[in-house]
Amino acid sequence: MIFPLVSGGAVGVAGQLAIGAAIGAAFGVALERAGLGNARKLAGQFYLTDFTVFKVMFTAILTAMIGLFVLTRLGLMDRTQLEIPGTWVLPQLAGGILFGAGFIMGGLCPGTSCVAAASGRGDGVALIAGMFAGTLVFGELFGLIARFYQSTAMGSATLPGLLHLPEPLVVVLITAMALGCFTGLAKLERSKTR
Amino acid sequence: MSASAHPAQLARPAGLARLARPYANPYVAGFGLGLVLLATYAIMGHGIGASGAFAASVAAGVSSVAPSHAAANDYYRAYNDAGNPLASWIVIEVAGIFAGAFISALLAGRLQRTIEKGSGVAPKTRLAWAFAGGSLMGFASRLARGCTSGLALTGGAALSVGSWVFMLALFGAAYALAPLFRKQWR
Repeated sequence: MIFPLVSGGAVGVAGQLAIGAAIGAAFGVALERAGLGNARKLAGQFYLTDFTVFKVMFTAILTAMIGLFVLTRLGLMDRTQLEIPGTWVLPQLAGGILFGAGFIMGGLCPGTSCVAAASGRGDGVALIAGMFAGTLVFGELFGLIARFYQSTAMGSATLPGLLHLPEPLVVVLITAMALGCFTGLAKLERSKTR
Repeated sequence: MSASAHPAQLARPAGLARLARPYANPYVAGFGLGLVLLATYAIMGHGIGASGAFAASVAAGVSSVAPSHAAANDYYRAYNDAGNPLASWIVIEVAGIFAGAFISALLAGRLQRTIEKGSGVAPKTRLAWAFAGGSLMGFASRLARGCTSGLALTGGAALSVGSWVFMLALFGAAYALAPLFRKQWR
């Protein structure tokens, strides 16, 4: 298996950091091109006036999901070598709710706040300052939170395992749902502009 | 907008904002973002992120201001024990986000000092809400072990249960609370 390249020792530490800078730059370009440094555009998602967030996010998820699936099936990707975000149900549920509240208050998320700040927007800078403050509060309160933080752990649980469905079917279902949403959005936008 | 208008924009910085090019098709940008994520998995064996850089920076900051306090805290120690957090992959990657977004905005004539808000809200109020929202997300992304990038996108594509839980909770809460913040954007 060829991928991931680092597990074969093909890339040294300095190389990994250089790749990190390049990946970050490409990430920043993609977000900026989509208009996701603009908080009004992001907030529009939650007032049903602008669906850029959903479109960008789910196109990206579909692309990477299908890519990972295909590379794995072709025997090019060693899935066991991938570091995939683990599951802690309650912390991630509570974190998601708090994060959603922060998202609609601030109009940007951590990544897009960097894009907003880099393109000259003061609201991006303020949000970044808040990120530092909130992270510091979490760190200082960690002793009190640690038990909850470690609770309801499910390790590397995946949707196919949880739903008892074969992985290809889950990939197809998510793809079909996303494409259905994209089609619905296109219809909605056509009727709005008419 | 024609491509030939582009060099003229660069030559006339004062007109940058007025001549800003329209944003890209979101599906094209999303496809590009997906390829970036896929490439990150294929090369590095992990995904992309953003909030982790804030955690690494805070751990490094606390450690330099109050070393014994940081050493007594399990959360900061996890970052500091792995070497200088400011030289970690995620911090370099986020520095790349700034650079990429800056260059992209510059080339598209979208570099502008402004505050994105509705007309009915004072700049200070908008900045205060941005700070408050950032604080909540700073806390929440540590609790959930990631943000929209490192948890929702990265784990979403790999079908992680926690990532989908986080994503659904995030969108649900934002939609539920959106009516309270409508004034900010009008």
